[in-house]
Amino acid sequence: MNLLDALVQGILLGGLYALFAAGLALVFGIMRLVNLAHGDLIVLAAFLILALVTTLGLNPFAAALIVLPLMFAAGWALQYLILNRTLGPDILPPLLVTFGLSIVIQNGLLESFSADSRRIGLGTLETQSLNLGPVTVGLMPLLTFLSAVAVIVALNLIFYRTSLGRAFRATSDDAVTAGLMGIRSDRIFATATGLAAVVATIAALYLGARANFDPTIGPARLIYAFEAVIIGGLGSFWGALVGGIIIGVSQTLGATINPEWQILAGHLAFLAVLLFRPRGLFPRSVD
Amino acid sequence: MTLLATRNLTAFYGDFQALFGVDLSLQAGETIAIIGANGAGKTTLMRSISGLLKNLPEQVLLNGRPIGGFSAPDVMALGIAMVPEGRRLFPSLTVEENLLIGKYGRSVEGAWTLDTIYQLFPILKERRNNPGTALSGGQQQMVAIGRALMSNPSVLLCDELSLGLAPVVIRDIYAAFPRIKASGASIVIVEQDIGQALKVADRIYCMMEGRITLSGAPDEISREQIHAAYFGTHA
Repeated sequence: MNLLDALVQGILLGGLYALFAAGLALVFGIMRLVNLAHGDLIVLAAFLILALVTTLGLNPFAAALIVLPLMFAAGWALQYLILNRTLGPDILPPLLVTFGLSIVIQNGLLESFSADSRRIGLGTLETQSLNLGPVTVGLMPLLTFLSAVAVIVALNLIFYRTSLGRAFRATSDDAVTAGLMGIRSDRIFATATGLAAVVATIAALYLGARANFDPTIGPARLIYAFEAVIIGGLGSFWGALVGGIIIGVSQTLGATINPEWQILAGHLAFLAVLLFRPRGLFPRSVD
Repeated sequence: MTLLATRNLTAFYGDFQALFGVDLSLQAGETIAIIGANGAGKTTLMRSISGLLKNLPEQVLLNGRPIGGFSAPDVMALGIAMVPEGRRLFPSLTVEENLLIGKYGRSVEGAWTLDTIYQLFPILKERRNNPGTALSGGQQQMVAIGRALMSNPSVLLCDELSLGLAPVVIRDIYAAFPRIKASGASIVIVEQDIGQALKVADRIYCMMEGRITLSGAPDEISREQIHAAYFGTHA
């Protein structure tokens, strides 16, 4: 693998990590809530897509379209009924509750789908590639990256161009004063988590189609998402994409030197950024 | 016609009682001012009316309807908007976004739109793309007033408008009140600046230690009475 190829593959891999990270960044940016079950929500969505594909014979993209509103509803209800009760000056309750939720989801999936490793089959799409001169890129990695960019553009549009986005930012700044504007922070937070679950479903489609997954891989995916969010600057969507790309490129470059270094190189890049830019590359000015 | 009233209103912070049986009324189209020293209970009264503090339902009445147990968003949706003490603009939002968020919970057609707010405070149009908190204190107060007006409220609650502002800035802000009044809003002003309150209000209430100690029209009340009601001593 030459250097240019490693770079391009790393950038495309970064798209997948950015998809893992975007939902986390959304929830953290609005509620300062670290959702330790985010990786497990992605795996849950992957299993739901797989279930529709295997039982109804649906195309995985069509199955994902059906799962999107279901996950939005699940995310909305999770926040409204459970996580809102944990929010407050103490950061420990949401961490404990989402940690517990992570275990519940994993065990629920183990009971329902067994510990077998699965994959969402996309037929010939999995092996198709584009020849771009010196490098060849797989269609699925390219589609993943473009989806990540589209998700981040959409989240930015929602955040900065809509009334809902203004309410997200106002509630994040000062929930009490937002209440005086008629904003119900409990519903705003629920909508944010619903939206994060929608992004998690898009991430799930690509996770499940590009690699094997089983009920227990959520926490490992969460680490990449965390690192991408922290590198990018907490709460920044474009930062999450850049963070994902930095981890992706570090991993592929590490693997070029020695395949055993792939994962380690990503973590080292994260530590390096943390050392020199502890607030990330694009920190929010009001944090 | 009585638009807004409190009846035997009490308020507590834990075991500490901040209000003791406060009765006040606001007629439609009227401006009342609530004056009093620090700690008199003025802001607590505003917080109780706006839904930030919960009360018994019948302790706050809007058009005779008990709203004392309503949350702040519910109170706002009924047409009671508040300019909070300290402005409390949203730092992540621009000036224009801060104004637009004011009608999030109540989109009612009326006198106040972005255009009419910009006519009332022309400087805000120039600064509309700046972060709200990058403005001077007086300009931030204009944004806070404009933000509350955007919902075309029937009752406008203004808490300590003059706090921390230079006299010339306070004068500019109060110069907008005749137009706000003309738009049909009834206004409750909480103010430590007695001179300003007497100029703008149809009636004043003076508070001390959580109780109303004096009320009446400014021209019916003597300076000595206000002094006694404000400080609990005779001038």
